[in-house]
Amino acid sequence: MRRDLLTSVIAVVFCTVVFGLAYPLAMTGIAQVLFPGNSDGSKITENGQVVGSKLIAQDFRRVVPTHARKGPKFERIPDPRYFQPRPSQSNYSASVTFFSNLGPNQKDTRAEVKSNLNGYLKLEGRYDPGLTAADVPVDAITQSASGVDPQISKANAEIQAHRIASVRHLPLSQVQSLIDDNTDGRFLGLFGEPGVNVLELNLALDKEAPAQ
Amino acid sequence: MAQGWLQLAVFVAILIALTRPLGAYMAHVFRNERVFLTPVIAPIERITYRILRVNPNDQQNWKVYARNLIAFSLFSWLALYLILRTQGIQPFNPAGFHSGPWDVSFNTASSFVTNTNWQYYGGETTLSYFAQMAGLTVQNFVTPAVGICAFLALTRGILSRSGEGLGNFWQDLIRSLYYVLLPLSIVVALILVSQGVLQTLGGAASATTLEGANQTLALGPVASQIAIKQLGTNGGGFFNVNSAMPFENPTAFSNFVEVLSIILIPAALAYTYGRMVGRTRQGWAIFATMLVVWVALVAAIYPAEQHGTPAEHKAGSPTTALVGSTGGNLEGKEQRNGIAQTALWASTTTVTSNGSVNGAMESLTGLGGAVPMSGLGMSEVIFGGVGTGMYSMLLFVIIAVFIGGLMVGRTPEYLGKKIQAREIKLASLGALFTPLAVLVTTAAAIGTKYGSPSLFVKSGPQGFSETLYAYMSQANNNGSAFAGYTGFVQPDAPGNAHSYGITFADIVGGLTMITARFIPILFVLAIAGSLANKKVAPAGPGTMRTDNPTFVFLLIGVIILVGALTFFPALLLGPIVQSLTTRLF
Repeated sequence: MRRDLLTSVIAVVFCTVVFGLAYPLAMTGIAQVLFPGNSDGSKITENGQVVGSKLIAQDFRRVVPTHARKGPKFERIPDPRYFQPRPSQSNYSASVTFFSNLGPNQKDTRAEVKSNLNGYLKLEGRYDPGLTAADVPVDAITQSASGVDPQISKANAEIQAHRIASVRHLPLSQVQSLIDDNTDGRFLGLFGEPGVNVLELNLALDKEAPAQ
Repeated sequence: MAQGWLQLAVFVAILIALTRPLGAYMAHVFRNERVFLTPVIAPIERITYRILRVNPNDQQNWKVYARNLIAFSLFSWLALYLILRTQGIQPFNPAGFHSGPWDVSFNTASSFVTNTNWQYYGGETTLSYFAQMAGLTVQNFVTPAVGICAFLALTRGILSRSGEGLGNFWQDLIRSLYYVLLPLSIVVALILVSQGVLQTLGGAASATTLEGANQTLALGPVASQIAIKQLGTNGGGFFNVNSAMPFENPTAFSNFVEVLSIILIPAALAYTYGRMVGRTRQGWAIFATMLVVWVALVAAIYPAEQHGTPAEHKAGSPTTALVGSTGGNLEGKEQRNGIAQTALWASTTTVTSNGSVNGAMESLTGLGGAVPMSGLGMSEVIFGGVGTGMYSMLLFVIIAVFIGGLMVGRTPEYLGKKIQAREIKLASLGALFTPLAVLVTTAAAIGTKYGSPSLFVKSGPQGFSETLYAYMSQANNNGSAFAGYTGFVQPDAPGNAHSYGITFADIVGGLTMITARFIPILFVLAIAGSLANKKVAPAGPGTMRTDNPTFVFLLIGVIILVGALTFFPALLLGPIVQSLTTRLF
């Protein structure tokens, strides 16, 4: 009995050293050598400055004053020069993540989706006059799970392309080819869904036709 | 949708193809035979036994085996609790997080020592890298190994010809770790890093976005933990949003590897069992039972999620598929995973006792949410946890053999061993303890004022679903959640400053996890001891076969009957109401 207890204590300490320190530290060493960029967060650097991670969405809205007497003094409105990522419950926080936890039969869910849908139609409808609610892809009006989903659907990007082409004075076909360049396909052409990486696409846009 | 169905079908085919090679490999490992890794690992294994001061050839009876298992788990719990409570003075803490509150730490320690990995803690906002590595990752390794130990002991009890021992706990533990879990984790971790999963000890990074704002990127040693989180049916995320976070699961490829890792070992263990008892058809019969139920659940959740939710439809979105968009209920789902892969993950993670998620469970449709709850309601025997799934399934096999024996009027026996009153009592208690724990704790949380501070949605069926899910998940050692339900309040995130636990949820949840893990294990080991001492009767013409489709059908019936009869009334109040109505609450 005493021997069993002693063995148990030694085993816990031993496992902590092997699986809690040796294994993760060895994996860190190997990963840093084999995949240095990936293991540190797939950061994108422009002119020596880190502008974000290709795996993490960022906020492409501008903070503007509301001029309202009551309520918040500032609001965030989408920057028309950029492709917009999916709505986020966490304001695209990559340091405090949480789910929206909006249920299927909640009035809150309806309100959230409705406000996203109206905002989207208002923003894109100006540049794509025939746009109706039935044309709006679901990823554009629902919050992602992580709050930092780096991708949007192809359908979503193609609607936004009308706005980008107009604001940046680019031919629509050129914007569409940039979308194609920044689309990640399915694994083996089979698993998952294709998606357009918003940050990489916007960076490519800035290179092609710098934003004013 | 055809594309989605194809993804799911090919995934099932790949799993079936991998079951036999991995299952056969593990059978060799657990019979102490030579495998291709033996030349590398055997010397390390011998040194380990010397350090632990054990003789691996010592055969243990069920009481000694159980005593070692419980002692090891108890000290594991103490070590983890201490690590969580002294986080502030430990190394590898670049964010300078303080220690967690006592009740949340109690829940988290209980959660990881029982292979549950229920998350009341927020990974990236409250835990140091040291706590994640030396605390959580260690338990991610040893708890599936403990599950395998209990399974092996039961298997040897069934096999035993003349009262031999049930094996040696320490040998089973070390061999599971060294030959199965560690090598697979190394491979999976490297694949994940190649896709962009983090593996660094550096602190959070800061970026200046294109809009000129500052963005903080939480980093850490993620891949090494995520690999074993999936392979060991653990499920506790490095990040609060678990494998929905791109840094945990960045691509379609990483998602494929992770969801396969969830179910791979539990599936292969069914074949291992067949090999170990010398009749592979017995293993395949259990595998077929698991496969049929799991495929049925996947087939139910995918169209439900594709259909979309009443809230979306009433907001004016038809949620139909368009060219270049999946359509469906994408609230709380990631674009790269889409509907099919999130549906596959949600059902797979709950039939196994994994509990990791790649999307928000609480945002599933009504019927979609009923599927994970059904997975939990069937007591994690459909593939189930590593080791745990098989021994829990064998309890149901014993009950099915007994019921089948009564129907045809013969003495029930399984693989030549007579099933008598003692085994039936123990198996029934083992199978019924978990559902009982769920119903009692859910009732306590719903019926008293103590449960309400945990709720995110304070009323209506969604609030009930949150509560039911929380206690189903913890009692079944699963760990997935309708994540609005909480036992931890963290006003100044990130960091533990001014944070506090919701004591009722933390303590009741923690005690549920501990009892629902170890009481069934003790029953299983007691059955193993009882079976080991029985003589083997040769199979005759009167023996009921346990390896044909009839038995598979009977076994599925018993599992569904126990699960459905226990939980149908409760499910009716939550997800079933939600799937039948288009009303909003």
